[in-house]
Amino acid sequence: MRIELEKRAKASALFSILSPFIALALTILFGGVMFALLGKNPVTALYSFFVEPLSEVWSLHELAIKAAPLILIGVGLSVCFRSNNWNIGAEGQFIMGAIAGSALPVLFYDWQSPLLLPLMMLLGMIGGALFAAIPAFLKAHMNTNEILTSLMLVYVAQLFLDWLVRGPWRNPQGMNFPETRTFGADAVLPEMLASGRMHWGFAFAIVAAVLVWFMMRYTLKGFEITVLGQSERAGRFAGFSSRKMIWFSMLFSGALAGLAGISEVSGAMQQLRPVISPGYGFTAIIVAFLGRLNPLGIAAAGLVLALTYLGGEAAQLSIGVSDKVTRVFQGLLLFFVLSCDALIHYRVRLVWDRFAAVKTEEAH
Amino acid sequence: MVPVLHAAKAGEIEEGKEGSVPVKGQTASGPLLAVRQLTKLFGSFAACNAIDLQIEPGEIHALLGENGAGKSTLVKMLFGVLAPTSGEIRWRGRNVRITSPSDARCLGIGMVFQHFSLFEALTVAENIALSMNGSVSLARVAEEAARLSQIYGLPLDPKAHVADLSVGERQRIEIVRALLQNPQLIILDEPTSVLTPQEADRLFETLLKLRSEGRSVLYISHRLEEVQRICDRATVLRHGKVTGACDPRAETPASLARMMVGSDVTVVTPEGTSTRGDVQLEARHLSVAARTPFAVSLKDICLRVRAGEVLAIAGVAGNGQSELFDALSGEYPVADDDAVQIRQRPVGTRNINARRLMGAGFVPEERHGHAAISGLSLSDNLVLARSQSDRQAFLGGGALKIIRHGAVKAATRRISEAMDVRKSGDDPPAGSLSGGNLQKFIVGRELDRQPAVLVVNQPTWGVDAGAASRIRQALVDLAKAGSAVLVISQDLDEIFEVATEIAVINEGRLSDPYPARELSREKIGLLMGGMSGKTESAGAAHAH
Repeated sequence: MRIELEKRAKASALFSILSPFIALALTILFGGVMFALLGKNPVTALYSFFVEPLSEVWSLHELAIKAAPLILIGVGLSVCFRSNNWNIGAEGQFIMGAIAGSALPVLFYDWQSPLLLPLMMLLGMIGGALFAAIPAFLKAHMNTNEILTSLMLVYVAQLFLDWLVRGPWRNPQGMNFPETRTFGADAVLPEMLASGRMHWGFAFAIVAAVLVWFMMRYTLKGFEITVLGQSERAGRFAGFSSRKMIWFSMLFSGALAGLAGISEVSGAMQQLRPVISPGYGFTAIIVAFLGRLNPLGIAAAGLVLALTYLGGEAAQLSIGVSDKVTRVFQGLLLFFVLSCDALIHYRVRLVWDRFAAVKTEEAH
Repeated sequence: MVPVLHAAKAGEIEEGKEGSVPVKGQTASGPLLAVRQLTKLFGSFAACNAIDLQIEPGEIHALLGENGAGKSTLVKMLFGVLAPTSGEIRWRGRNVRITSPSDARCLGIGMVFQHFSLFEALTVAENIALSMNGSVSLARVAEEAARLSQIYGLPLDPKAHVADLSVGERQRIEIVRALLQNPQLIILDEPTSVLTPQEADRLFETLLKLRSEGRSVLYISHRLEEVQRICDRATVLRHGKVTGACDPRAETPASLARMMVGSDVTVVTPEGTSTRGDVQLEARHLSVAARTPFAVSLKDICLRVRAGEVLAIAGVAGNGQSELFDALSGEYPVADDDAVQIRQRPVGTRNINARRLMGAGFVPEERHGHAAISGLSLSDNLVLARSQSDRQAFLGGGALKIIRHGAVKAATRRISEAMDVRKSGDDPPAGSLSGGNLQKFIVGRELDRQPAVLVVNQPTWGVDAGAASRIRQALVDLAKAGSAVLVISQDLDEIFEVATEIAVINEGRLSDPYPARELSREKIGLLMGGMSGKTESAGAAHAH
């Protein structure tokens, strides 16, 4: 006996829209089961995880701070994924963007200028894009698998950052803590509102989401991305180059990840530390799929995933569970999103006869 | 020469022994297969509506009908791929339920599908082994397959990967695979569409031989001439219903066609004595090395198509047709700029859009995933081919290149009307159209631009008779209006309908062109078999 996935003739349009919500509901349901097994009251636990963080103004600001990098990276990744380029290394591009952007305030800490912040943002994007250029080059010219190369480069970036903040970039007045100098006032991304810590990184994220949505929906470039993602051969017929698309999508998503990195460091931390991301680059993959690779959906999904970070922190305090719960929820969510998508496109069959394979081949 | 693999296992095989057919439990009389009131509903749509069909032992039975008439649905029910909604299937007078292809094979039904059920990642032999009952060793399967393919003139390399094979070669696997099953009833869905006349003749001999051994054949075809030639009886389907059962030899092609399409098929009127203009498309000593180990390299191809001319390139699948199309279209530009000329300007190194801007249009062979993307709407598929050639109409917003959906939709409607594309809704996904309607749209998409040069690869592959005649007429009319048309086709009927000149491609070499009127089918068959009049002497005829 074996289990087979049989492609459906037509994917249900209704369930394509509903699937993120079904996945969310299932995640919450199984989260409740998990809390019950841990001996907590599932209702209060879920309340403190998902609702409490939304009940106060300051925590809404925190939500936006956490959502900003997720949305920025997720929007970039949606371009990659739609064009059939699987950049899994946004975490590394995020870090390299943060490093490149931080070079100015760390190395030229005396320089104060209104130009400083825009230059940092630009350098951040360049840093992320250049780091994404490595897997892009390897895929476009050496035919390597970008999933592997981009993923492995994440560890290169993490260790490079670790070395920098413990070595050459360590704050000389920092009592040997592995941190860089704190950024000067002109190097700090300002807060958007007086009511809390939310910085302009969130505005970048929303603007990027809207612009990419416009590009995908209305412009020839967006059409090119869609076409090449669905069929390279048809793209060639249209005169589009899949090699150029590898470069474009990888550099684009790398630049947005880099912008997210420098925004996070400049807006929320004001210095580099050995670890600057709680896995934003990986969580953004979940965000991209939960948002159905639609930039506006990604903006909403980014807020949902940001909530799992906040909820994890809140749950540590209020119900005393490990912050690993965050990872569990993210994992559950990704699992259910992908499962729902799989079931939209395929139906599951149990096959008892090993010769029936021909039948399923024929069915579509 | 009957393939009897499971007999071979038991050590009973006797090469070439005539008449020793291991027919399981043959009954003396009664039909082999009787279908009564067989119905298949998809939702409320009746793909097959109360079909009656009876196949006697030892007959070749034709199943005729347009695309969408319900032929495929019917045979899928007979082969256990689809479950009937109602009705019954009797095999040797016994009511049977066929729930899977292996059920069908156990009964003794073999099938050659029109759309192949092959695993691309596996080799030819592995694909064949997958459909075998019991555990026959792969080496044995490969050996048998090689032997059979030789006997039936269907050359196959058992070790080749299916992904690397052309459409024609894949069909050969299907035919050999069905023959290996030693079936009592063999169902063939458009089997000859990729064979040379000589190969088709050989297949017919095989079919006649199978019949003489008491086996039956259900033969699905739209080629009326073939049906009349080899079939004993015919059942005609239209819109899911039986519209006629007849002896095809007692009918005329026109009367059969009428039963099939419900009205007389318009006969394509070939171009008369229109004037020929300048050379519009030219290949000068075009040589292209094979891109993959399994592709065909093009060798010193020279061709010229003048305005007002339809040059047809005949040949068996996998002889360099797609490579020639790639080089002419610019999807894969070539190193030598002079090797391809459009309107007497060298374009060999230019890409496809540069060539489109010079007035050329292109229609590739594969509809899904090459000429069109199934998941995208028709209007998006219009942009696919014309984003650059019609950028003034279709794009706005300067450097932003915003697609003007209004203009594109209007053009989509215009094309659909001009080519009579039948679709559900205003702008449905390309994948929801039938093959014939999608092909009409794809051809119409180019005709709408009135291209000075049109290159078409397999214009009517897998397309119903009505759409095919419409498309062919459009090609002829385009040439009449002063364009140069190049048609690459495996369908000789089609070639004789549209061509003014005919050349034959074989193993990447192109023969000299011949005026269509002076060329017989036999001559083309010889050229397809490798006797390119250009390079080989008359002595080579002995090789055949």
